[in-house]
Amino acid sequence: MITKQEFSTLAHNGLWKQNPGVVQLLGLCPLLAISNNVVNALSLGLATVFVMAASSLAVSGVRNFVPHEIRIPVFILIIAALVTVIDLALNAFAHPLYLVLGIFIPLITTNCIVLARADAYASKNHPLHSALDGALMGIGLTLVLVVLGGLREVAGQGTLLSGIDLALGPETKDWVITVLPDYKGFLLAILPPGAFIGLGLLIAGRNWLDARAQQRAQRAAKTAASALPA
Amino acid sequence: MNAVLNNALRTSTILFLFALIGTALLAYTYRQTHPVIEKSAQAEKLALINQVLPKELYDNDLLGAWRELPPSPLLGTRKPSGMWLATRDGRPAGVVLEAVAPEGYSGDIHLLIGIDATGVLTGVRVTQHKETPGLGDYIQLAKSDWVLQFTGKSYHPDRDGRWKVKKDGGEFDSRAGATITPRAIVKAVREALKYFQLHRETLLQPIEASKP
Repeated sequence: MITKQEFSTLAHNGLWKQNPGVVQLLGLCPLLAISNNVVNALSLGLATVFVMAASSLAVSGVRNFVPHEIRIPVFILIIAALVTVIDLALNAFAHPLYLVLGIFIPLITTNCIVLARADAYASKNHPLHSALDGALMGIGLTLVLVVLGGLREVAGQGTLLSGIDLALGPETKDWVITVLPDYKGFLLAILPPGAFIGLGLLIAGRNWLDARAQQRAQRAAKTAASALPA
Repeated sequence: MNAVLNNALRTSTILFLFALIGTALLAYTYRQTHPVIEKSAQAEKLALINQVLPKELYDNDLLGAWRELPPSPLLGTRKPSGMWLATRDGRPAGVVLEAVAPEGYSGDIHLLIGIDATGVLTGVRVTQHKETPGLGDYIQLAKSDWVLQFTGKSYHPDRDGRWKVKKDGGEFDSRAGATITPRAIVKAVREALKYFQLHRETLLQPIEASKP
């Protein structure tokens, strides 16, 4: 079973220390393409969480039968088969959900973070831990996607949650928040360069926070050390 | 040598088994889900067609009344496209044409155009486009009502000049900063109406062999 300690290590890794979006930089294909508004970003993020948990679980389940030399083709096979099965099953049995997430699911196969976690974590750990690791890495990516989507949407068209009615039905059309009324729009933010610039700012921001925390820890250690001999 | 061979044999057997299991899993899922998916795809298609051709205008099985059209410069098509023939009480009531506006800002804009038997537009929808998000994408009904202005319009050679955007002296709205996209669509719809007038007889002929 998973102890509280293990859970918080996994969560810290997925959400901050090893965040796939701003540290490992592994989710870039969908990250750059889909993060032009919050609704798209969140939809792709949720689909990724789902696929990563399932693929990590499956890879971890067969890890003892796969010889080291052929692990990569086998993992790719498992991930691609799984994504296709999820895609078909959603299309057939959860059609409203498929209409929202459908176009994003095949995109996930191209996301190397899925294979990276399969190889780096799931192939060496217990299925339960692996599924949790996959899900938390997915959530980490989702957070980055949503923040980036929010930034680009506000900068690009001055709104938040636009297009939510396409995801949740026409009655949610009033949920759209107009942050900057009478905003003319800033096209660059919505086009791909906006994604690169936004991601760069996020990475810089995360590094700055990390450096500040480190400095503080060092200072605290120093004062503790200088306090000791007295 | 034997050990290497054994190892190679073992790993390839395992890889083969995984491929086999994967294929079986996919084949099974496909067979289980295919009928359901097919059905909802058909329903979606019909819903889209009904947006350009109101349900009240016809009473036949529209999806069954499909015919292939050869590529035509008037439809903007370089590959065969499709049409659906609507009938009411056995008489032709209208058609739904697949057309392409090739002069979009970023390539082809795919259109679905509904025309009634007298040549009046019953509706136009954009089904696929790559226009600039936030700028040229107001041609989608989800973004704005722009595309609704076609409904009820028809084409007459004497009034050719009307079939332009307002900026070019015609009667169709467009937004400042994004005129290339609407210009392309207005032209494509106009050409499709010409196509309908040229081929009206053949288009409205009943369809015997029906296979969508």
